Amino acid sequence: MNSLVSKFSTNNIPKQDVEDNEEYSDSMWASSAGYATNGLPTFRLPSLQQPTDFLRLHTDDHADPSCRIKIKHGTTTLAFRFKGGVIVAVDSRATAGSYIASGTVEKVIRINKFLLGTMAGGAADCQYWETYLGIMCRLHELRNRERISVAAASKYLSNLVYSYKGMGLSMGTMICGWDKTGPAIFYVDSDGTRLKGDLFSVGSGSTFAYGVLDQGYHWDLSDEDAQELGRRSIYAAGHRDAFSGNTINLFHIKQDGWDFIGNYDVSKMHYDGPGNIPGAPGTGYGYEVRTNPEACVVAD
Amino acid sequence: MSIMQYNGGSVIAMKGKECVAIASDLRLGNQALTISCNHEKIFPVSDRVYYGLAGLATDVDTMRQRLRYRVNMYTIKEEREIEPETFARLTSSALYEHRFGPMFVEPVIAGLSKTPSGGVEPFIAAADLIGCLNFAKDFVVAGTASDKLYGVAEGLWEPDLEADDLFETISQTLLNAVDRDAYSGWGAIVHVITKDKVITRKLRGRMD
Repeated sequence: MNSLVSKFSTNNIPKQDVEDNEEYSDSMWASSAGYATNGLPTFRLPSLQQPTDFLRLHTDDHADPSCRIKIKHGTTTLAFRFKGGVIVAVDSRATAGSYIASGTVEKVIRINKFLLGTMAGGAADCQYWETYLGIMCRLHELRNRERISVAAASKYLSNLVYSYKGMGLSMGTMICGWDKTGPAIFYVDSDGTRLKGDLFSVGSGSTFAYGVLDQGYHWDLSDEDAQELGRRSIYAAGHRDAFSGNTINLFHIKQDGWDFIGNYDVSKMHYDGPGNIPGAPGTGYGYEVRTNPEACVVAD
Repeated sequence: MSIMQYNGGSVIAMKGKECVAIASDLRLGNQALTISCNHEKIFPVSDRVYYGLAGLATDVDTMRQRLRYRVNMYTIKEEREIEPETFARLTSSALYEHRFGPMFVEPVIAGLSKTPSGGVEPFIAAADLIGCLNFAKDFVVAGTASDKLYGVAEGLWEPDLEADDLFETISQTLLNAVDRDAYSGWGAIVHVITKDKVITRKLRGRMD
């Protein structure tokens, strides 16, 4: 563990153990959120022989559901590449156990004007490391007078999380963007997996999203139809998966950067649909709404 | 993951002025997967007594059949309709019979009992899975959203509500509580029991 501490420490001077380091740097007092001056993050570790075992003991909810610290889980995110660019769509629900902690989570992280990252797994891990990735991408731009490629950015992230392998990071993310090579998507997760592809879905509702996505996807989709496919796929996951839902956030990445298309309420999609938008059916997405509109009595 | 959360679902009952209301969500799930959005958990005993069962769906079904059998036997022997409190006691002992291998259901009972003067009095009760009865004077809850239901009901319920106000209160309580629970929701059903009729309405709830 001490080798890891020294690997990620602020500077290259020999570092003493964290537990007997009483002299914190100025940046520690002012909370630079772990971002040290030379760009490499530093973390305080529990003063134990095996900090990872300690963390696993208190956070692993598969082994012990009654453990105190519950990391927020449950998500549906998707991204696909087509002739008009990249569509990125996500839900907005955060759950802690069966409790819906929030319905307004922003699961698309805007790394920069041309790069988006999606968030599944540990919310803090994704948020922190993708923000950190944003810093590194900007530095790359300043150093090389050229925007970073999606491949390079995603590889930066995957190498970074791989160096923390086994320490309890939890993230499943898609790094999406447009670079010299055109639209690109890379799936990166905390195991260190990094995959290039045309179509991905990540999270507890991903199977439902894939179902809709696969039957509607092809490369020559129009912009409107592609956006509708993204919206409809997240709706399907929101409807069937208990841990996904509330609202849909939809993005479209084109040559000149990403565009935020809109925020859609999943329940409104069920009953009324997205409204009079090109590509939309003009009715609700819900099965019983389409087949038997008199099934429910409105009581509001 | 507890077996009580395997299928999801929640039930609530509230007292009003010469009326009671009982409501439930309509979800049937298999853990995180929503199987059905039209799964009712509230059953009539008579036109004055309704009960809801939250918990494991297979046991809800079995419990319903057992209670129907016992209520039928009671009705034949006594040659009269069962009173809500009697039904609560019957449910309780049926559950305690399985003390060392329980049915994984929590019943919620709502009804109007007859007073000696010929009027009616609202009655609600709930029990845990081995039959410990709770005769509350305001509201009772059960199911995966029970903690959220307590919270909302504590804020919205007031004594002596008329039937239409009671309907509004129980509907808003249920709808808002299940919106914070991952395992409940996907529509709701409400029964308001008054002395001359039972009003049943399906509610349009969030479908996620």
